Amino acid sequence: MSDALLLFLPLIIPAAAAVIGLFLRSQCGLQAIIGVLGSAGMLIAGLLLVARADAVGVIATQSGMWEAPFGISLVADRLAAAMVSVGGLVAFAGAIYAWRDLADGKLGPYFVPLMQFLMMGVQGSFLTGDLFNMYVWFEVMLVASFVLLTLGNKRQQLEGALKYVILNILASSLFLIGAGLIYAKLGTLNMADVAVRLAHPEQADLVRTSGVLLLAAFGLKAGLFPLFFWLPSSYHTPRPVISAIFAGLLTKVGVYALMRTTTLTFAAKAPVLLELIYVISLLTMVSGVLGAAAHFDMRRILSFHIVSQIGYIILGLAMMTPIAIAGAIFYTLHHIVLKTNLFFVSGVVNYMRGTNDLARLGGLVKATPWISVIFFVSAFSLAGIPPLSGFWAKLAIVLAGLDLKAWGAVAVALGTGVLTLFSMTKIWAEVFWKEAPEDANTTDKRTGLWPMLVPCVLFMCITIGLGIWGGYVFAYAERAAEQLLNPREYIEAVLGAGALTTDVPGAGRVHP
Amino acid sequence: MSMLIALTVGVLFATGVFCLLRRCLMRLIIGLVLLGNAANLLVFSAGGLTTGVPAVIPSGETVAPAGAADPLPQALVLTAIVIGFGLIVFSITLIHRARAASGNDDVDAFIETDQL
Repeated sequence: MSDALLLFLPLIIPAAAAVIGLFLRSQCGLQAIIGVLGSAGMLIAGLLLVARADAVGVIATQSGMWEAPFGISLVADRLAAAMVSVGGLVAFAGAIYAWRDLADGKLGPYFVPLMQFLMMGVQGSFLTGDLFNMYVWFEVMLVASFVLLTLGNKRQQLEGALKYVILNILASSLFLIGAGLIYAKLGTLNMADVAVRLAHPEQADLVRTSGVLLLAAFGLKAGLFPLFFWLPSSYHTPRPVISAIFAGLLTKVGVYALMRTTTLTFAAKAPVLLELIYVISLLTMVSGVLGAAAHFDMRRILSFHIVSQIGYIILGLAMMTPIAIAGAIFYTLHHIVLKTNLFFVSGVVNYMRGTNDLARLGGLVKATPWISVIFFVSAFSLAGIPPLSGFWAKLAIVLAGLDLKAWGAVAVALGTGVLTLFSMTKIWAEVFWKEAPEDANTTDKRTGLWPMLVPCVLFMCITIGLGIWGGYVFAYAERAAEQLLNPREYIEAVLGAGALTTDVPGAGRVHP
Repeated sequence: MSMLIALTVGVLFATGVFCLLRRCLMRLIIGLVLLGNAANLLVFSAGGLTTGVPAVIPSGETVAPAGAADPLPQALVLTAIVIGFGLIVFSITLIHRARAASGNDDVDAFIETDQL
């Protein structure tokens, strides 16, 4: 299969599935099948992309045969390919999980098309090599997510969506300004070309403004410290399947964009940005985990934990050493799977008992040992208990911190791990371990539960597998980190060999 | 001309942020519109502000005449305007529904999803 087709498939498949889904909106059974097929197609396309990118390095194509930097480039390095396939995996699990809700008519006729459009935006953001094009993909993703968030029209949803929508539109404006200023200064928006032009020393001081604007825009979408308030106030309001997919994927798109722009363009030219990201990452970890400690609702606790886990990933990015970046990539992949699964479990609990409030739940360990096992594995992987995947992810970040003698960062990372364990134990003790309170509803609804359990079990197996055979994935993450830290390969794949007249000062940098 | 545009962008940003910081839902929308337009105008001006030189390549030539404005930011802004329009329409509808559901125009009343 040609590289061009490989790069376009993850975009064509969801677009086609969405359109077919729109035509089938009166037949929810067929629509559900389309959703599953489209997502499975994305997953397969993603895996093919990983195989190809791992074999030959960076692959790129120019849409419409307009040569870079004038046309829009689609590029996949190892990081992008991995993100595309994990995105497909989450969509696939979500499509199966949604089966129950679709059959019950709780998601309406537009869920499947919207989810496919959302995925198209997500995959586009991973694959594009152009800054303005990334803005457009972000908007595709955002508009679909706005509608998904308000599907159902409950008061709480409208309220949560209000905060989500306003703040995300604000971030989009910042993104647009940042991209516009880069064009004004450098005359290009192709990220590889931006990197080439920044290699000339006289351009160095011009891009800090854009760097900070993009940091604010991506930081808001990723849920970084002072900008994350929309996340915990909206992610617990929609149907469980929607919040699970949002929790797994959407913040990671912001994280990916940060990784891409920082390593490719800004790290070498504006090291002050890395200092800023470093401080922000620590604050993000602490504030997220403390917010979680205060709440008593499964999904609200888990939402705050997204924020704190993003802190770990961004800390890895800020440290900018090969092992730190590899750790951040591994952490991202592991966290997408894990967080989606935790939200899936909260959805199962909600389906059975009709609530996610810790005070009104209890005794699930006796009632449903299987679901308890799934939650146990995921929650304790999140907290970083060996030998689960979260342990290796945290280990890499902490090791990177020790290498750089960043004692403060190591202390914060470990302390946050302990507090994460505390909140996971809280959910475990309240929902599963303690006896159900007397006024609680203990007539468990179990009919038709299996489509919700299949993805949970699948993701639990992946979490365990990532723990036991994590070495392979980590080796892949290390190869991906190498590409990020040496942008030459990326630039030459997009612009052709010989595009670099001066040497790009690699992003590699050691944090104090 | 560029000073005028710069001032306009500045005023639009200032009033936009000011409106966003109010407690009334209606002002929130106005703030978003102003801010979006400020961003568009800023990107528009990135292509250079010139008059009287259309960015059309005369026949037989390969480049646009000297002094012509760069048309690419204009194309970008066009895209951004269309996207922004969709976003604003959605948020107006959303705010209308949220107001109807809560019966309140005060942003501070929307605290249910944040409460413990």
